[in-house]
Amino acid sequence: MSDIVKSTPKVADHGAFGVSGTGDTSGYGGLVRKSSQIGSSERPFGSYFDEVVDDLERAYPSFSDAIEKVIVDRGELTLHVKSSRLSEVALILRDELKFEMCMGVSGAHYPAETGRELHALYPLLSLTRNQRIRLEVSVPDSNPHIPSLVEIWASNNWQERETFDMFGIIFDGHPALTRIMMPDDWPGHPQRKDYPLGGIPVEYKGATVPPPNERRSYR
Amino acid sequence: MTTFNTSNQNTDPYASVRETTEGRVYSVTGGDWDDLVTEIGATQEERVVVNMGPQHPSTHGVLRLILELEGETVTEVRCGIGYLHTGIEKNIEYRSWTQGVTFVTRMDYLAPFFNEAAYCLAVEKLLGITDQIPERASIIRVMLMEFNRISSHLVALGTGALELGALSPMIFAFRERELILNVYEMITGLRMNSAYIRPGGVAMDLPEDAIPKLREIVKELRTNLKDTEKLLVGNTIWMKRTVGVAYLDLPGCISLGVTGPVLRSTGLPWDLRKTQPYCGYENYDFDVVTADSCDVYGRFLIRIYEMEQSLRIIEQALDKLKPGPVMVADKKIAWPAQLALSGDGLGNSLDHIREIMGSSMESLIHHFKLVTEGFRVPAGQAYATVESPRGELGAQVISDGGTKPYRVHFRDPSFNNLQSTSAMCEGSLIADVVAAVASIDPVMGGVDR
Repeated sequence: MSDIVKSTPKVADHGAFGVSGTGDTSGYGGLVRKSSQIGSSERPFGSYFDEVVDDLERAYPSFSDAIEKVIVDRGELTLHVKSSRLSEVALILRDELKFEMCMGVSGAHYPAETGRELHALYPLLSLTRNQRIRLEVSVPDSNPHIPSLVEIWASNNWQERETFDMFGIIFDGHPALTRIMMPDDWPGHPQRKDYPLGGIPVEYKGATVPPPNERRSYR
Repeated sequence: MTTFNTSNQNTDPYASVRETTEGRVYSVTGGDWDDLVTEIGATQEERVVVNMGPQHPSTHGVLRLILELEGETVTEVRCGIGYLHTGIEKNIEYRSWTQGVTFVTRMDYLAPFFNEAAYCLAVEKLLGITDQIPERASIIRVMLMEFNRISSHLVALGTGALELGALSPMIFAFRERELILNVYEMITGLRMNSAYIRPGGVAMDLPEDAIPKLREIVKELRTNLKDTEKLLVGNTIWMKRTVGVAYLDLPGCISLGVTGPVLRSTGLPWDLRKTQPYCGYENYDFDVVTADSCDVYGRFLIRIYEMEQSLRIIEQALDKLKPGPVMVADKKIAWPAQLALSGDGLGNSLDHIREIMGSSMESLIHHFKLVTEGFRVPAGQAYATVESPRGELGAQVISDGGTKPYRVHFRDPSFNNLQSTSAMCEGSLIADVVAAVASIDPVMGGVDR
């Protein structure tokens, strides 16, 4: 399940001074702060979230099969949807629950979550209800296919191209899934965690500052 | 098919012709258009593809428009973007949460305070300190955002008019914008990319003499903005170029995810400042400006009258300002010292340096840790939105519990709204494409990030 990451090993992060661990020199480096694991939330969700989930359950009989997890965190409702069911859920959210607008899609890469490395996040907005929710879909790196929502929300056209460009998520059914930011022949997908930031060392007054992703840093 | 191409390297760099598998390609970078028109007129081809931009004076930045023409009618428009992609979202992942502000402010460079505010609201949501932001900080944020809305709209109006051939409005618009840039300089020290709004509040308090000066500038703007208005509102030539042009109605806007003035030009009063208030916008008295014409003229009128509403908000903000802190009290988040702007233009606090170097080892450690490492943000994700001059600006921020953002994505309204170019332009005349793009007002820094 997508527990929003327990300190993910970042493949591209190497300290220039051979620092391993936190690089903490204060003496408090032994203190480990565990990030709280965000599991499925329990009812009542609070705010308007119960209403939205109730409405969706009513309008969509296979709710329990399609929705893997309902998370309420920091005043936001996130529905984790199975990628195979995404189009159905999206259509019902648009037509029955009046979430008319999809504010695009963005990706996130969690290399540590085996089998669910790539996530796609869809913030939805309802003008009628004046409410927002978020859909989250996760797919494995080895088979990064998510159905395209361009047929449902035309606004996702460029957004899906951008997420493909940056993360390599393939949106099946997109009318023309090509790169949008990077040049057409660019190798790799820059926003993934295993893609180094790059850059060149900078020389200044005789000293050399390494590129940002090779600098000594606190993690 | 006959294709124009603006980048070609034949013998004559200004007017070359070459045969390709796609058809004959003409390169035009200036010079005598009559020769070209004569030559194209002699060919058998009816369909012409024109590459307009990315270096073009009326595409509002490095935007490339690929136009398919039949005569002067546009049959298909595609946008080529990415020419200003600088990898800001990737770079943020290698800097601390506070340093992130200096990156996001460079995205939509005409609306830097909105980028900063959206990012900081998202980080504050993750930190769970949204309620603890001092009132004074929120008021200063609102004030700067409204000044920014005016300066951004002025550029939209000035350059938009320029692109349609009206030169004078730009002179007036940039004169007024200068006043507002002076405001930024006075408050933040910089005229753009100021990184002034920080997670937890703002970087420093207003200078002592700011409030009377700001009142004077508001008064001056109120008089001066009338000049731009008088030049264009109701102007026959301007209306001939804009009324009924680039029509996009409400269903079109909703399905294309269009927000901001373009959405409000359909008559829907959707403004996040009213519908989903942030930074205390619910405490201000202002109107949401709409039009019902769905065209370029309506969007233009909305921008003109929104500037007046912004001035109203700024005046109320100035009345509301009470002395107090401008940063959260939590010492784990706030910068350790209230820095004062010193003669060299940098922030300094001699008192604080004296304290940490002389008497308090703990302060020294604390300062060191906070400055080099930064604060930690609990794991999770948040989406914060503000109503930028161009529409809904959303910051999707993910933390893994560390001192750096795990992922930051900006839902930039320019990016989304620019998609509607095809819907607005196909079937219209080539000259109306320029009007349509100007009415969307895309800022390529925000589109490409």
